[in-house]
Amino acid sequence: MWSSLKTLWTIFLHIFRRRETIQYPEQRPSIPPRWRGRIVLTRDPDGAERCVACYLCAAACPPDCISLQATEDEHGRRYPAFFRINFSRCIFCGYCEEACPTYAIQLTPDFEMGEYQRHNLVYEKEDLLINGPGKYPGYNFYRVAGLAIGGKGKGEAENEAPPTDPRSLMP
Amino acid sequence: MEVMRRVTIFVDGRPHSVLDDQNLLQACLSAGLDLPYFCWHPALGSVGACRQCAVKLFRDASDRRGRIVMACMTPAADSTRISIDDAEAREFRARVIEWLMINHPHDCPVCDEGGECHLQDMTVMTGHVRRRYRGLKRTFENQDLGPFINHEMNRCIQCYRCVRFYRDFAGDRDFDAFSLRNQVYFGRQQDGTLESEFSGNLVEVCPTGVFTDKSFKEHYTRKWDLQTAPSICVHCGLGCNTIPGERYGLLRRIRNRYNGEVNGYFLCDRGRYGYGFVNGAQRIRAPLLRRELGGPAAPVERQEALARIAAWMADGARVVAIGSPRASLEANFALRALVGPAHFYGGMSAAESRLTALIAQILQRGPAPAASLQEAAEADAVLVLGEDVTNSAPMLALSLRQAVRRQPMAAARGIPPWDDHAMRQVTQGQRGPLFLATLAATRLEDVARETLRAAPADIARLGFAVAHALDADAPSADVDAPAHALAGRIAAALLAAGQPLVVAGMSCGSEDMIRAAADVAWALRRAGRPARLAFVVPECDSLGAALMTDRNPGLPQDGADLLLVMENDLYRRADTDTVDSLLGSARHVVLIDHTAHATAAAADAVLPAATFAEATGTLVNNEGRAQRYFRVFAAAGDVQESWRWIHDIAAAAGRTRDAPWTRLDDVTAACATAIPPLRRIVEAAPGAAFRIAGQKIPREPPRYSGRTAMHAQVDVDEPKPPDDPDTPLAFSMEGYAGRPPSPLIPYFWSPGWNSVQAVNKFQEEIAGPLAGGDPGVRLMAPSSGTAPPAYFREVPPAFARRDGHWLAVPLHHIFGSDELSTRSPPVASLAAQPYAALNPDDAAELGLNGGDLLHVQLRGISHRLPLRFEPALPKGLLGLPAGMDGLAGIPLPDWVRVAKAEAP
Repeated sequence: MWSSLKTLWTIFLHIFRRRETIQYPEQRPSIPPRWRGRIVLTRDPDGAERCVACYLCAAACPPDCISLQATEDEHGRRYPAFFRINFSRCIFCGYCEEACPTYAIQLTPDFEMGEYQRHNLVYEKEDLLINGPGKYPGYNFYRVAGLAIGGKGKGEAENEAPPTDPRSLMP
Repeated sequence: MEVMRRVTIFVDGRPHSVLDDQNLLQACLSAGLDLPYFCWHPALGSVGACRQCAVKLFRDASDRRGRIVMACMTPAADSTRISIDDAEAREFRARVIEWLMINHPHDCPVCDEGGECHLQDMTVMTGHVRRRYRGLKRTFENQDLGPFINHEMNRCIQCYRCVRFYRDFAGDRDFDAFSLRNQVYFGRQQDGTLESEFSGNLVEVCPTGVFTDKSFKEHYTRKWDLQTAPSICVHCGLGCNTIPGERYGLLRRIRNRYNGEVNGYFLCDRGRYGYGFVNGAQRIRAPLLRRELGGPAAPVERQEALARIAAWMADGARVVAIGSPRASLEANFALRALVGPAHFYGGMSAAESRLTALIAQILQRGPAPAASLQEAAEADAVLVLGEDVTNSAPMLALSLRQAVRRQPMAAARGIPPWDDHAMRQVTQGQRGPLFLATLAATRLEDVARETLRAAPADIARLGFAVAHALDADAPSADVDAPAHALAGRIAAALLAAGQPLVVAGMSCGSEDMIRAAADVAWALRRAGRPARLAFVVPECDSLGAALMTDRNPGLPQDGADLLLVMENDLYRRADTDTVDSLLGSARHVVLIDHTAHATAAAADAVLPAATFAEATGTLVNNEGRAQRYFRVFAAAGDVQESWRWIHDIAAAAGRTRDAPWTRLDDVTAACATAIPPLRRIVEAAPGAAFRIAGQKIPREPPRYSGRTAMHAQVDVDEPKPPDDPDTPLAFSMEGYAGRPPSPLIPYFWSPGWNSVQAVNKFQEEIAGPLAGGDPGVRLMAPSSGTAPPAYFREVPPAFARRDGHWLAVPLHHIFGSDELSTRSPPVASLAAQPYAALNPDDAAELGLNGGDLLHVQLRGISHRLPLRFEPALPKGLLGLPAGMDGLAGIPLPDWVRVAKAEAP
């Protein structure tokens, strides 16, 4: 009896406390920028796809929900022919972002991904690719890598000497 | 040869028992310890160039200071005390890797070696994690090295393994190290396709991503994403062990699977790049049925196709079946059981049947046993009769190169064989005795002591003359004086050898040559030398098919009511007229095969068979070794193993008891019981019931990715992995995680060792057999005590030119002569095109110029072929490319007429 009255009293006191409930969706919650929500594929500052299809995100993924296939353009630049994330399996752990050597895959504060059909949670590359660099504006992997691609020959990356001439014996 | 002893070395205070013919690096790796290295390779030896395997060597137990030595350059003597863990040695190794990484580009994410890179593994092992160097990185331009190898020179760490393999081991000259200092460049003098038939091995020899697989790049997948299984190469008769890898239903690449007795660490380019036919557009993917006479064959439901075939078989119809030397023993046996041995044909041409039967008889009878590739590499005198081994059995050519390279090493006392540089200084490029008697020039001539180019009969006669020179009881060949003198020199060299080897084979189509080779080996045996024979056979199960079909040689005379053809293009077995009339005489023709060809076009019903990558079975290689290959992936749709189709046909026809088997083990066991020479094939690998700790062995590595996304675009619910009732392997990443028995190793991987170098962890001793023994079982192992049988005495008459006629002989090509590999795009791009080769003198006699077209009259059919000058071809011979479309079925050698054709 005493316990019930005490409970009623406690609940009554809550009427005068500050409200924690947010009137979602009318009222938007404040999500920190490093929130691990919907995954996107970003572009480098030149507007080209950042993903080089290295498969590291897929390897890091605990529920194995990322699958892709690498291909190359005619100049040797590697990119994914397809890139698929099955969000019905994704646990939003962020390991893919951590594994990504090119800042291509990033998690965003968007969490509004509810669907009535599970297969609508299977995102292909066109669903994932955004038009900007995301959280890391400056980075361009191919400017650092030694691989030659269209528009960047050997020795033209950052911190690279011009290509050596194997026929020269000059010091 | 010195006998190996076991000695005890102390590593970080703990005793390890190792072999005394090893160096300390080998010894540490054999003992299961991790020690980083780059320039050392178990097949190439030590040069001490990279300084990565530094260890601390102590004088004795009381020595506390010690000194740093290179483990790969220090012999493992008894009571040697070393430390891998010593702080100074660790520091030394960390510094070395930091130097090596100074110019290494920031490429790993886009590098095909990533994830199976020895440089990555060693960098992690030494603990180098942060780049301190802030200067400019040196760069290189790449070269186009042809359709097999991608070149990315920036990644090079200058370990020299590639040149040592390419030049010293494989003996080719068009690849070298250029320039100097930190700018040493590995490549060709100019862009161009690498000439070596073994160039693909650079991919596995290179510790980093300078040389990567160009065909793999087309559909690149990381090693951890490939589903793999132990397999056997199907592109020649040697039976090299391979690891094919699959992803998303596509066969992606072939890698070497170490087998100490067969292919060791290497593969040829035909085997490595010939897999394209599995993914090819010409694959048969669904049952096809011709509904009306003369109409096209159209895809049908499997039940309809089977019901129709069953109807054709009903009511006492006469059924004749043709098996195949490129199908597994199990498939051939099931077919044989369905129609009965009296109506079963092995699927070889009449000549092939005779030759394989002769080879099988010689090897079974003894006392000269077949030589494995490893034994061939250990031979110290070699006679090759008629075979252009580089093109007909490429890996045997690599073994023979090792034989001539190793023979002088025996005389270099006090220098261990692994001390590569010192050994080269001592041997000074001397070579062991290799005698070649071939139809035309071959790629082995640069290491041969003497070379004879002659017609098939004259090569056989040389063989008989050698046998006669060895043993006066052997038949006398009565050859001319130069040949007699040559025979004398060959006989003397073979007699002086400890392990002589005689190589012959089927590629000249000559029984006399095989008999002559046997006579030489037997004469050596009579003289007390442990001579071995290596016979080259053309296909992956030639010898198995020969052991199975002793009753019916060649092809059947008529096709009866129903002709069942399995995994065979008959137009490659006989000339067009013969095959046309055989197929025409059958009321119905059924083909079970995986790839469309001329016979498929003529069949009334075609059933889609599984290729080697989608099936499990047993093959018998040229030395009579039965080896099991395993399904790499489950084929989509109706594609299934040939023996399962035969079971389904039997069931549909109400004759299940003729082919009652539903599991592979039962077919194998029935085959072993029914055919005595094959009784040991069940021992080739553990059966389907084999488990370790109650678990199957996973085909997928533990880090296989994308399991819940790879099918999601079709169905978001993941499908159940396919069952595999035939093998102890699972289509899964789950299962026994330890080291499986040697015939079941699906991939080489060990913690910390992601590259191919992980094979070290699977061997009993480095470069020795795999733990538990190398896979495969030799079916023909005659006891060496057997007395040699009576000599073959039919010496053929000497070759004589005929007026107006030319003896057409087959010339083999590594790329082009094999049926299946030629359907792989990179191989096809290098494949030889049809030609007719003549000695320039003969051509001048006929008034022919280079580039002329020739009319070659073969079996009544005229072929227009461009002329090619072949100065090495003896006069009176006409060389035709073996196994090419349109020419494949014509039995050679044969006399032909030649005329100049007008340009079209």
